[in-house]
Amino acid sequence: MSDAIIVEALRKVYPPPSGRSGRASAARGAGPTPPATHIAQPDSSADVVALDSLDLRVRDGELFGLLGPNGAGKSTTIGILTTRIMPTSGRAQVAGYDVVAAPHRVRQHIGVVPQRPNPDRNLSTIENLAFHAAYFGLPFDQAERSGRTLLERLGIADKADAKVDALSGGQQQRLMIARALIHEPTVIFLDEPTVGLDPQARLDLWEILRDLHVQGRTIIMTTHYMEEADQLCDRIGIVDRGRLLACDTPEALKARAPGGTLIEVSLDGPAAETLARAQHVAGVTRVEAHGTALHAYSPRGGEVIPGLIAAASAAGRTVTDIHLTSPSLESLFISMTGRKLK
Amino acid sequence: MPATSDAGPARPLAPSPVAERPPVSRFRVFGALLRRDVRVARRELPYFLIRTVMQPVLFLIVFGYLLPKMGFVQRGYTLALLPGILAVSLALSAVQSVALPMVQDFGFTREIEDRLLAPVPMSLIAIEKVVSGALQGVIAACVVLPIARVIMGPMPELELTNPLLVLAITLLGSTLFASLGLFIGTVISATQIGLMFSIIIAPMLMFGCAYYPWRGLDAVPAFKYGVLINPLVYVAEAMRGALTPSLPHMPLVASCAAMLVLTALFLALGLQSFRRRSLG
Repeated sequence: MSDAIIVEALRKVYPPPSGRSGRASAARGAGPTPPATHIAQPDSSADVVALDSLDLRVRDGELFGLLGPNGAGKSTTIGILTTRIMPTSGRAQVAGYDVVAAPHRVRQHIGVVPQRPNPDRNLSTIENLAFHAAYFGLPFDQAERSGRTLLERLGIADKADAKVDALSGGQQQRLMIARALIHEPTVIFLDEPTVGLDPQARLDLWEILRDLHVQGRTIIMTTHYMEEADQLCDRIGIVDRGRLLACDTPEALKARAPGGTLIEVSLDGPAAETLARAQHVAGVTRVEAHGTALHAYSPRGGEVIPGLIAAASAAGRTVTDIHLTSPSLESLFISMTGRKLK
Repeated sequence: MPATSDAGPARPLAPSPVAERPPVSRFRVFGALLRRDVRVARRELPYFLIRTVMQPVLFLIVFGYLLPKMGFVQRGYTLALLPGILAVSLALSAVQSVALPMVQDFGFTREIEDRLLAPVPMSLIAIEKVVSGALQGVIAACVVLPIARVIMGPMPELELTNPLLVLAITLLGSTLFASLGLFIGTVISATQIGLMFSIIIAPMLMFGCAYYPWRGLDAVPAFKYGVLINPLVYVAEAMRGALTPSLPHMPLVASCAAMLVLTALFLALGLQSFRRRSLG
């Protein structure tokens, strides 16, 4: 089986938001004014690294999920793969074409469902589909017919002639899916497709994606909902701070999750001192300090909580919150990054 | 515009996993983009007419009809006014029909994305916008000319002996302002749109030699040369050269050459800025 998407050492660096890195660095220095030569130096530390050398392969016909918190680099990855963002370095190939050298050949093979519905508000629902198909060279009348069939399948046929402003958020999302499919793409990108959808609309969308997957389309979706990635995807790539931390099937990833329940203990100060004492609490297999939070893993679940509280008290700390997470992609994510997904 | 030339994948990382699809004809895509704009414009025809015709017609009523009736201005003034009014009509129409939708398209939701995903070079989408804006400029001029004739009465000095020249100047002027619209529309944000009219459009209309001939500024040399940075001057003067050649005007060759240079400049700037916004 060949690869629909190949990403090698992909990197994207944005300039500092102000665009005046020299002055920004000077402004940050609270001490004496730096020498003039200092100001003229490009301040690379002010650059925003959205993607930091990402490698990825997605096979033909695969339903692949990019899982990570907001700002992890998921949308930047999708932006580069759909030719809407230029990478700083590295290479990416979609459907056999390089995204930088032949962007319009890439676009010919892809369908994109954006994070926020962005239909053409000057056109009706069906016109949105027919014109989008026409931009791909399909005859207009034929596109209108297949557009109506698609709307039927997605359950919004009654809105075909409505202005898009008359559609609800969920209906507009369906229209975006229809638009991404109207020109029969082989690779479909969905950027956080279920954000803002009510639970029913989300389940409906899952069904639609499963349908498309059965048809053999390659689907790449980003999400920060782990249960979504877990239930839908053949493979999941876990991304954080612009890097791919792990990439495997949901089952394999869950098997890698640290054993037992994760008990997160929030303290009123740094957790470092509590760490040493917590290691000796009976039933705790592993413990980490993350700022003011203590992460303990135990096969005995909540039973170790009194011991952890006692360890915190002995270190002079007060427990402000306790949270339990059963073994899951989320506990794997937390163990890899020290952060929660959301 | 080459029909279907295409760069293949550069140094492929792997053989193409999908059945090869022939490249899409750029002419077809261009046609579809134009068809979309025509459909939207047709739907908005009343607004389009009000937007483009209202301002010139009000000027015509006051300066081309009322003031001459009152005896405040001479007959010659209305003759100098007519080509200028046509220039204003086509300029306003062309610049607005590109800049306003462009601001919306690149706004919060980026509605233009459904076109940016078309399998053609992105510049084709910008060029289509300019073509569609230029056509709207020509239509505006064609609508205003007969209205002017009705309001201002018969004008024996008016020459329509060379309609092709008038049409060519209308088309060139419209393309110039549609290109300017592309640049403005991709540079400013939605919140600045009101400012665009106060800071760019209003001074351009007032100092564009539309309501007075450029040669009339001989009396104020600082203005005479200062207004030359204003693209509307060349459109208005070229219109005078074609419609009322017996009255003093800038040499037709000079005004047309300036229009060509400015069109190229604004188109280059507009395409560059469109690309920058598209790859945001």
